[in-house]
Amino acid sequence: MNENTAGKKALSLVLLVLGVVLLALALWMDFTKTYIVIDMGVKVALRGLFLVLGALLILAGMYFFPTVMHHRTIINILFLFPLLFTFAVTVIIPMCVGIFYSFTDWNGVAYSKVVGFENYSAMFKDPAFMWSLLITVLFVIVNMVMVNLVAFLLALLCTTKLKGVGFFRAAYFLPNLIGGIVLGYIWQFIFSNVLTSIMNSPHSALASTNTAFIAIIVVYIWQYAGYIMLIYINGLATVPKDVLEAAQIDGADAMKTLFQIKIPMIAATFTICTFLTLTSAFKQFDVNLALTNGVGTVRGFMGQRLSNGTQMIALNIYNTAFARDQFGYAQAKAILFFIILACVSLVQVRISNKREVEM
Amino acid sequence: MKMKTSRVVILMIIAVILAAYILFPFFLVVLNSFKTQSAIVSNPISAAGASVQQFLSNASSVINNKNFVFWHAFGSSALVTIISLFLLAVFGGMAAWVICRNKAKWSTVIYMVFISSMIIPFQVVMLPLIATFREVGKFVGLGMNGTLPGLIFAYCGFGGAMTVFILTGFIKGIPYELEEAAAIDGCSPEGTFFRIIFPLLKPTIVTVTILNGMWIWNDYLLPSILLGQNNPNKTLPVAVQAFVGSFVKSWDLILTAALLAMIPMIVIFLIAQKHIMDGMVQGAIK
Repeated sequence: MNENTAGKKALSLVLLVLGVVLLALALWMDFTKTYIVIDMGVKVALRGLFLVLGALLILAGMYFFPTVMHHRTIINILFLFPLLFTFAVTVIIPMCVGIFYSFTDWNGVAYSKVVGFENYSAMFKDPAFMWSLLITVLFVIVNMVMVNLVAFLLALLCTTKLKGVGFFRAAYFLPNLIGGIVLGYIWQFIFSNVLTSIMNSPHSALASTNTAFIAIIVVYIWQYAGYIMLIYINGLATVPKDVLEAAQIDGADAMKTLFQIKIPMIAATFTICTFLTLTSAFKQFDVNLALTNGVGTVRGFMGQRLSNGTQMIALNIYNTAFARDQFGYAQAKAILFFIILACVSLVQVRISNKREVEM
Repeated sequence: MKMKTSRVVILMIIAVILAAYILFPFFLVVLNSFKTQSAIVSNPISAAGASVQQFLSNASSVINNKNFVFWHAFGSSALVTIISLFLLAVFGGMAAWVICRNKAKWSTVIYMVFISSMIIPFQVVMLPLIATFREVGKFVGLGMNGTLPGLIFAYCGFGGAMTVFILTGFIKGIPYELEEAAAIDGCSPEGTFFRIIFPLLKPTIVTVTILNGMWIWNDYLLPSILLGQNNPNKTLPVAVQAFVGSFVKSWDLILTAALLAMIPMIVIFLIAQKHIMDGMVQGAIK
């Protein structure tokens, strides 16, 4: 037992020392700009290899460190480390850096000066952005109502004792499996080729801004309603059978059962579904990109002629950065987007919770 | 309750019409990928001009197209999805367990940070993420932008919050006595987790894996900005976008590409239909 501990201690120390040496070597190479690349199938910089290996060796050394008292703490750190590290690098640091960049004239690589609230005030004078914001809000409201309505009706249909209900559920859910890019192109084909051929009209629905906007809504409902339907089905299944039986004995008809028993009893499900449709409609990007790419003429909005008639806010941010290279401005738009989304979701959850309590 | 026959018939008709409407686009994709461009343009809903040879010719020009490179894109997508899902399940389980079993201030803070980060839309971190990855990559000397390991790293970061959220909810329900008993029998904490807790997490891991898998497999924005449209290792959604960009309105090839991109997901759905539908619901209501 003693020998074992001694062996472990030696192993742990060797690993720790090796790790520290490698890390120090990597840092030294960084300072002296020593850049050695070795080819192992893929090209790997020696410095990076040392850095990663050193960190891994230190972690391994910590694991083998022979202590009974602190073992639990060491395990806690080791277990949290991978996820917290990736989370910090991908979410926390970019979030903080992003807030700072939104106050600068950042171009994606570097910034030359801090411009204060200039980016923020510019976007309220930018008709194209205000239009995007406006149609996004419109899109969200229409979708929230329509997707929930359609999904709830589908759920009612799928909870009756029809033959082959399982098949219908799967069929209605199917569009949700496919990514928005692929769906967008399929529907672009349907709108511009199939529907024009069926209705024998030379104009595609995607050619005019208003009908193109409706087209995005139709595709979105088609994609999303099946998913929300599943959640409603799950909610409807939680309504106890005996309550329904009691209502039937008391002479309630189907409509009465629906409005006075089923709907109030699944209020929580309504909250979840409104929340999901709300946030996902706000972030809508893929279908927008593939279906219309934001194109559409608006004759006069804030005294300007616009060409981004169907461009939702997410696509607007994307294009500001990658098509127009205004990264700082795009980042400011994104921060505003985040603030709106956060406020709307908080208010929505607040209202729903209140209503649930009252019911 | 027995429904009247007439009502059943009407409901059945409605259900069938709806199913037909919802499945119609899929039908069109399959039908038209068996036709030539001119046959599609002249009549997109008739089967005239459809032949297996034409499909094979369409498919081979799609698969061999240098902007699409189907098998390569499929391989990248599969690799990224599988490795990310595995890492998320293991790391997520580990983190959730530590957060759950330590009733201290720091664990609550970590948990709250994870939860509140779930509301951050991707657009907010998208631009600084590229910059951060570039800097980290430069410092470490390993490429983060434009490489699959970098993409997997990003998925672990973005998927972590939801994974921890769902798994914590489940671990709370596992009795602590189980772990105490293991400790008395001389099991180390890490052994307790991997031998006792992790196997118990299986049903929840399935849910988490389905939710993350649907998201990662279909995700377009993250791989498109991290890898870029011209990257040889681009994933399927990015490849579809790059392909369509190069073939404006060549519907025979575009629809065949869409069909090829849809097939893997539909096959998986047909195999694990019940699990996927349950998983999506469980993930949403938690």
